[in-house]
Amino acid sequence: MQKILFIDPEKCSGCRICESVCSLHHEKVCNPGRARIHIVKWETAGLYVPMVCQQCETPLCETVCPMHAIKRDDKTDAMLIDYDLCVGCKLCVMFCPFGGVNLDSRTGKVAKCDLCGGEPLCVKFCDPQSLQYLNATAINLRKRRAAAEKFSDLMKKLLAIA
Amino acid sequence: MSLLQDQISHFVAPSGPAQNPWFSEQQLMRTMVWKRRIAYIDLTTGKIVTNSIPKRVRQLYLGGRGIDMYLLYNHVKPKVDPLSPENILFVGTGLLCGIPALGSGRCDIAAKSPLIGAVGDSNIGGFFGPELRLAGFDHLVISGKAEKPAYLWISDGSIEIRDADHLWGKDTFETQEMIRDDNKDEEVKCLAIGVAGENLVRFANVRSGMKNSAGRTGMGCVMGSKNLKAIAVRGTMDIEFSHPDELLDYCKEMNDMIMSTRWARAQSKWGTLIIYSNTNTTGLIRTRNFQLNRHEEGEDLEPENIDRYTIGMSGCYGCAVHCRHRYVLREGPHAPIFAEGPEYTSLGAFGTMVDCKKMETVLVANHLVNKYGLDTLETGGLIAWAMELYEKGIINEKDTAGLKLEWGNEEAIFDLITQIAHREGFGNLLADGFKNAIAKIGKGSDYYAIQVKGLSNLHSDERPTPSFALGIATSTRGADHLRSRPAIDLYGLPEDLLEEIYGAPVSSDYTSYQGKSRMVWWQELLYAVTDAIGVCKFQTVFCAVHAPNWEEFRRLIQLATGMGFLKAQLMEVGERICTIERMFNLREGFSRKDDALPERYFKEPTPIGFSVVRGKTIDRDRFEKMLDEYYALHGWNENGFPKKETLERLGIDREPSLMV
Repeated sequence: MQKILFIDPEKCSGCRICESVCSLHHEKVCNPGRARIHIVKWETAGLYVPMVCQQCETPLCETVCPMHAIKRDDKTDAMLIDYDLCVGCKLCVMFCPFGGVNLDSRTGKVAKCDLCGGEPLCVKFCDPQSLQYLNATAINLRKRRAAAEKFSDLMKKLLAIA
Repeated sequence: MSLLQDQISHFVAPSGPAQNPWFSEQQLMRTMVWKRRIAYIDLTTGKIVTNSIPKRVRQLYLGGRGIDMYLLYNHVKPKVDPLSPENILFVGTGLLCGIPALGSGRCDIAAKSPLIGAVGDSNIGGFFGPELRLAGFDHLVISGKAEKPAYLWISDGSIEIRDADHLWGKDTFETQEMIRDDNKDEEVKCLAIGVAGENLVRFANVRSGMKNSAGRTGMGCVMGSKNLKAIAVRGTMDIEFSHPDELLDYCKEMNDMIMSTRWARAQSKWGTLIIYSNTNTTGLIRTRNFQLNRHEEGEDLEPENIDRYTIGMSGCYGCAVHCRHRYVLREGPHAPIFAEGPEYTSLGAFGTMVDCKKMETVLVANHLVNKYGLDTLETGGLIAWAMELYEKGIINEKDTAGLKLEWGNEEAIFDLITQIAHREGFGNLLADGFKNAIAKIGKGSDYYAIQVKGLSNLHSDERPTPSFALGIATSTRGADHLRSRPAIDLYGLPEDLLEEIYGAPVSSDYTSYQGKSRMVWWQELLYAVTDAIGVCKFQTVFCAVHAPNWEEFRRLIQLATGMGFLKAQLMEVGERICTIERMFNLREGFSRKDDALPERYFKEPTPIGFSVVRGKTIDRDRFEKMLDEYYALHGWNENGFPKKETLERLGIDREPSLMV
């Protein structure tokens, strides 16, 4: 079954552990700017939103890549960059609607989330569970239950008034 | 400063700000600690010099508070006026700054304190530390005084002194926002002062982000005296570790270890406010300045009640606990407010000590002090003291220029906070801190001041707990709980377990004096090293026994930097830091007589609380005996002067050595 890196911004505490473990795992250094995930913050409003590749069903990065260097991985369904083919044209960076492809300031190469081969480290380290690696059914059920809870609260209030 | 620059003259940069070539590849060794540099910034002349940090200094002092204290002792001349250009401000990141565990983003700010005239040192979390390290620097040494308002811009190995005329007069939030806008970069991290720092309020703090403050000992005042409004940093350089893969695994282990404690779990829901439930129930919270030891009508201050205002928790860099509230005040005369906090400290400063009964008062006051850049604890402590003086008739409405300083008068509190920050009216008198205010008011007002060495105590009542009392008396920066507080003393742990931790028999009864000097000494060493490696104290043996300590620190240092330490050697680093702080204070004229408690601790028994804490005072003889034991453990003589053999053992007998 397909698993998805599911983001719940409401739970994010903005600690940037995901960024540092991502760069530490992939680049062997700690440098949030080189991580594949980034927490976008509106500090004065208290909003934190982790942004990462969504592994789209119709990936624009794949469509625009002139070298066909971006392909879906059979095992994890992640979109992976084949660096043997990549020429570094950065079209994928320009077209991705999420900023999911990262341009590495040090190497000049593009990089993106590869779901760590099926065990995303950011998820493993995210204690508030703002990042979760779930299968699609679980996400649907979870979303619906959360929405239904709001409904049932409303129903209870209405009934109480009546 | 000239002495300092003589030492490093051969490192002088060609001209202008230090540029990237200073990080030439040939000089680099394997890990980041050998690459990260120290920058000497003279605001008077605008001269900026960078230098590497010698390995020996790293081995002796690690980083953060350790190296800052070494620099403080070496570079600040004896008896300088803290507000003169001769005083030097030090900013230093912890040795482990940047690892994804244990809230590793901590950074230390030091100078001679304008509030107490002794060691001034304050620790700040959040995101500034890692950003400074990402920009290529570990330590900043800022001397002199800028001609007009200035801020420092630090980015990837270069440092500029920039004009801050447009920032002068702005609050701490606006300042940071404006610097981000000026540089068109949302990721810029700042240390900034508010109007309190500009007006040289002696306990002005340094702020970063929405929440983080280097609160104590008036480091913001020192920045203000140098016309330095802010330090802004943006870094994109790599932080390398010697064993990245092992470090990653071990960091996961560390985070799991801390999150397995109930304290951390509770803190991730209610923050440090959770402490209130325990201490108030027991009777360990000073209320109405020092009249009561429990806030009996404080139900609204219970941590659960902040849930009404909270929109979520947030964490500092690399922290799995995330103990900071993000809160919104939507109604009331002061709305709308979005802010972060409050800590347990503010709950006491604007709740129990001044006898306010509403959470809302604490939230508003917390936002005000943060906006102006005031130390929440010192502000609350001084207001509570003034309220008791007002009640006793030592000061009256004429002295306070019409302010009715009655217990719990929240509008008077808000007004007084604003007055202190702007140095207006009665606030101007308090803005100089306890020492000066006592001298001006006189009339026995000193008896009511709950302070040590001129620094206000936390709102905790230490009369029933000798270990806590010894800690605030001996702390090098005045009454302070973050230098040594062994919070696990309250748990009544089995004595064999305590013996295993502390290495000698310690009583499990928190009202006992037996073994408590050892407890304080041990915790003091641990916290010195904690501050030097730049991790959060809440993630050490502060409130959980099986939280990380020496062994874990040792391993983390090894994996991150490649430096090998034995537990005993790390403890020695702690001793060295404490002793060099002690030497600084001795040089400034502090000695055993200053390691004292307020008289009320000996004279007034605790009136209420659980039977174990009721009717307690500190026994003077036993306190003095504890002090003797504590000095002996440190290898200091009976007057608190380090013995010659101690200095030799710790390798600091030739200070000042000016290795950097």
